[in-house]
Amino acid sequence: MDISCSIEALLQAAGEGPVWEAVLESSARSAGESREACYERMSQRLRAMEEAEAGYQPGQLSLSGLSGGDGARLEAYAAAGQALTGGFGAEVMAAAVKMAECNACMHRIVAAPTAGACGPIPAVLLPYRRRFGCGRDELVKALFTAAGFGAVIARRASISGAEAGCQAEVGSAAAMAAAALVQLRGGSKEQMAQALALALKSMLGLVCDPVAGLVELPCVKRNAAGAMMALTAADMALAGIVSKIPPDEVIDAMAAVGAALPPSLRETGQGGLAATPTGKRLAKEFYTKVKADQI
Amino acid sequence: MDIFELIGPVMVGPSSSHTAGAARIGAVARRLLSAEPEWAELCLMGSFAATGPGHGTDRALVAGLLGMEPDDLRIPSSFQLARERGLDFHFTTREAVGLHPNTVELRLSGGGRELSLRAQSIGGGRIQVTEINGLELCFSAEKPSIIISNEDRPGTVALVSGLLGSLSINIATFHVNRDSRGGRAIMVIECDSPIPPQVQDQLQALPGVLRAIVI
Repeated sequence: MDISCSIEALLQAAGEGPVWEAVLESSARSAGESREACYERMSQRLRAMEEAEAGYQPGQLSLSGLSGGDGARLEAYAAAGQALTGGFGAEVMAAAVKMAECNACMHRIVAAPTAGACGPIPAVLLPYRRRFGCGRDELVKALFTAAGFGAVIARRASISGAEAGCQAEVGSAAAMAAAALVQLRGGSKEQMAQALALALKSMLGLVCDPVAGLVELPCVKRNAAGAMMALTAADMALAGIVSKIPPDEVIDAMAAVGAALPPSLRETGQGGLAATPTGKRLAKEFYTKVKADQI
Repeated sequence: MDIFELIGPVMVGPSSSHTAGAARIGAVARRLLSAEPEWAELCLMGSFAATGPGHGTDRALVAGLLGMEPDDLRIPSSFQLARERGLDFHFTTREAVGLHPNTVELRLSGGGRELSLRAQSIGGGRIQVTEINGLELCFSAEKPSIIISNEDRPGTVALVSGLLGSLSINIATFHVNRDSRGGRAIMVIECDSPIPPQVQDQLQALPGVLRAIVI
């Protein structure tokens, strides 16, 4: 069965077993590799996420000078214990900003599902392990689940900002992270699907309007928003909230909304925040700098 | 859908479509040329053109042409490396009318060979090559692939598939296209298992096969 054609098919394929199992099985079979080899590949992805997190440099700025240091600021704020988003929430928020800053600074990261949206998934998984305690295996399985749900979004809609806006990148990352969180909390596969729907529907219409065309403003902060959206959606699903619009239809709606977005709001750096007076000024300054640095 | 493209690739930032995807396109172009590129003209379109410099798209494409992987930490310094290795490269831009927003057209030459191709970066680091030397096709380079340019005459397809069958290589997809009857033809074959390097020479030796490249 092709488990990426719909959320319904994915849940059906899982049957009585867990979603991650169906995803691993399907992947191993398509690749003609053993389950162990497939599992090890995902474990390496987790390792790459851990290394990326460990490689964050608080004092580092991106080439443009527009990103850097905010992850450290948030982390310090979270550690002070007065964050409105609470202990876990603030940690997740800081982790997302740190990962997105690593990406902006051209570190090695794991696209999940894209580099611009590489924050939410590790930002919920790694702090989760630290705060609630779980085995490494639990995180690897959660990644399989996230990937399986994400594959449906990629297939039915898009995971590309240029095609469908940031709703397709950070929105998808949030949806994938939400499903993964529900699994870590022991929720049902139906709740995972609901969490995906609840996250994605709340990010519909989110545009891709990068200032100076860089993956920095507002991308870094949107990764924080996506991570928090994942927490919200996971909590709602675990509370028993059900999206009246079924998950597959939410995904299709995201595709339709994406198609309706004009090119100026789909990663061309020509609309939205990129087109603000400050956005344009920052772009001009950056490109002047790029030209000057060219040998 | 390859789940390792949803959680993955492991790559150097900042953009999976504009950096990792671009590096992959460069690498596939290098593979198709089957020689060290000496001259390259790269025409960026749409979003690729608009956000290119900031995403390191240009650096990533050149890095791919030099044989680097998407997670190679030398990507940001590929221009310098290209100059050191004698790759003469030029960038232009164009409107992407009717094409995917992340499209690039490359013209390469090196080792006495020439190549033109069009490819698009479709998100999450995945790519599609949509034209090679003027012939339209569509392959993703995700699976082990074989590209064959051949004379358009009866029996060539059978020889190729027969050879692969005799080596127990299972064909997942097989596309053929040509510019005119009896003219230039191209076969794009995606296989289920890695293809041993010597298969390229075996295919090259078949009657009617002009060039065979294993990717």
